[in-house]
Amino acid sequence: MNDLTSLTLAEARDRLRARQFSATELTQAYLAAIEAARRLNAFIKPTPERALEMAKAADERIARGESGPLEGLPLGIKDLYCTKGVATTAASRILQSFVPPYDSTVTSQLWRDGAVMLGKLNLDEFAMGSSNETSAYGPVVSPWRRNGSDESLVPGGSSGGSAAAVAARLCLGATATDTGGSIRQPAAFTGTVGIKPTYGRCSRWGIVAFASSLDQAGPITRTVRDAAILLRSMAGPDPKDSTSVDRPVPDYELAVGRSIKGKKIGIPKEYRLEGMSGEIEALWQSGIAWLRDAGAEIVDISLPHTKHALPAYYIVAPAEASSNLARYDGVRYGLRVPGKDVREMYERTRAEGFGDEVRRRIMIGTYVLSAGYYDAYYVRAQKVRTLIRRDFEEVFANGVHAILTPATPSAAFGIGEKGSADPVEMYLNDIFTVTVNMAGLPGIAVPGGLDKDGLPLALQLIGRPFDEEMLFSLAQVIEGAAPEMPSPQAWWRA
Amino acid sequence: MSVDTTTVRRIAHLSRIAVTDDEVAHLQSELNAILAFVEQLRGVDVEGVEPMTSVMPMQLKKRADQVTDGFIADEIVANAPRREDHFFVVPKVVE
Repeated sequence: MNDLTSLTLAEARDRLRARQFSATELTQAYLAAIEAARRLNAFIKPTPERALEMAKAADERIARGESGPLEGLPLGIKDLYCTKGVATTAASRILQSFVPPYDSTVTSQLWRDGAVMLGKLNLDEFAMGSSNETSAYGPVVSPWRRNGSDESLVPGGSSGGSAAAVAARLCLGATATDTGGSIRQPAAFTGTVGIKPTYGRCSRWGIVAFASSLDQAGPITRTVRDAAILLRSMAGPDPKDSTSVDRPVPDYELAVGRSIKGKKIGIPKEYRLEGMSGEIEALWQSGIAWLRDAGAEIVDISLPHTKHALPAYYIVAPAEASSNLARYDGVRYGLRVPGKDVREMYERTRAEGFGDEVRRRIMIGTYVLSAGYYDAYYVRAQKVRTLIRRDFEEVFANGVHAILTPATPSAAFGIGEKGSADPVEMYLNDIFTVTVNMAGLPGIAVPGGLDKDGLPLALQLIGRPFDEEMLFSLAQVIEGAAPEMPSPQAWWRA
Repeated sequence: MSVDTTTVRRIAHLSRIAVTDDEVAHLQSELNAILAFVEQLRGVDVEGVEPMTSVMPMQLKKRADQVTDGFIADEIVANAPRREDHFFVVPKVVE
């Protein structure tokens, strides 16, 4: 038992219950791994003292026979979730000094169920990015490298710290958030599992807002079963979030291993992009074969408005962001840069506090909402969104249980490789994931194998509203049939 | 549609973000790249389509009109960059 960090979350849970080791020992193993992995820059702030306190309390509860569903399990928390008494930065200079006096609903549910917090994870600033390069705390380095290369690759974003930490075994699982692909794309780049549940499944209360009609919380983990375990604790209605949906939370773990015989899986022709790499196409075909072999029925479908999802997203998301981020004014919390009057104070505070990508998106959002452009841009984008959702509704009404697509158009790329001249180049990363947010549906990324350079590739499954159980059943079939995902070589160990 | 430098300055002002002359040129080309990208939506037929206003079809939840929280002024001002007692301090707004 010399390497406790090699266990999955489910295995660690079962062995803790069987008292094969203590929550304190498990937590210490993870704290040592985090300390030895500073080069990855996955954590903005490890919280070892709090972790050991929480682990001790968990050990006491285990001794009394009062274990919660996540008792003693060490997790990383994306630094977009407010944590009581622990700085919450959204990876932005403008929030560098913010210490919330409350916990987000989702994290409070994790602590209720016995989980241990290892620290706060790095991300793109305000979750705006697909490579974790926009963080005020510097980029996260992926634990993965191409075969025979020592070039630093991105872990994806915005939940890059969450994905890198899970892949490098710095935590059993991590919280993440997904507005256009920010759970699924980094999971795909790092060989981990990430699920964005249906809009309204998890409370958004206490999570720093980016685009409120698109944001959803979800977990990143090593296995499908682990994701099911974490989502059960994260999900549920919350009186503090009027968009959280009043539905009971099923025991998602029961769906893992359930037969998929006779389930109808749609293959959307619009996801076959011109110039798409042969490896992605081959992965997609493997996914189809794995599900068919397990008894699923494969059908060709059409989602005709797919190609409009990304441009519509880059109107809706910045519009909502410009409104949400108006609160950072140097008055109530965060950075303040003095000026000769209140207006100059606002303008200087926001110029110094926000990074380039955040400023760009606030300005685009302000423009598309401004007088004379509101109908041409914003209202039109919301109409396109209705059309995108309608595409999915028609497919589901025809009996399709879930849709299989690639998760990303490529494997991970190098730090500094994309988006420096044209921001749209980076945006194209989310082309397969963003439709799901626009329609409010659940989507899961599950590893499918390695490419010719030895980098992970992933498939995405898209489900009916609130049918996360179907996604867990299908994803587990892919996980079981795909070549086993190796651990990245631990080159980062100090 | 594309934006000129005057428009970039106007958007920056509306956004309450100070911009330098150097930044304006950069921002202009970046914003125009994004606007060119979203331009393709003009070709979509949205005749008679309702704009999406609620992601999940549901009634907005209401709760009883009761005081459920309060008396936490210390916590509310704790993160303020400048405060006096239970007040946020800002530069003079009214002459």
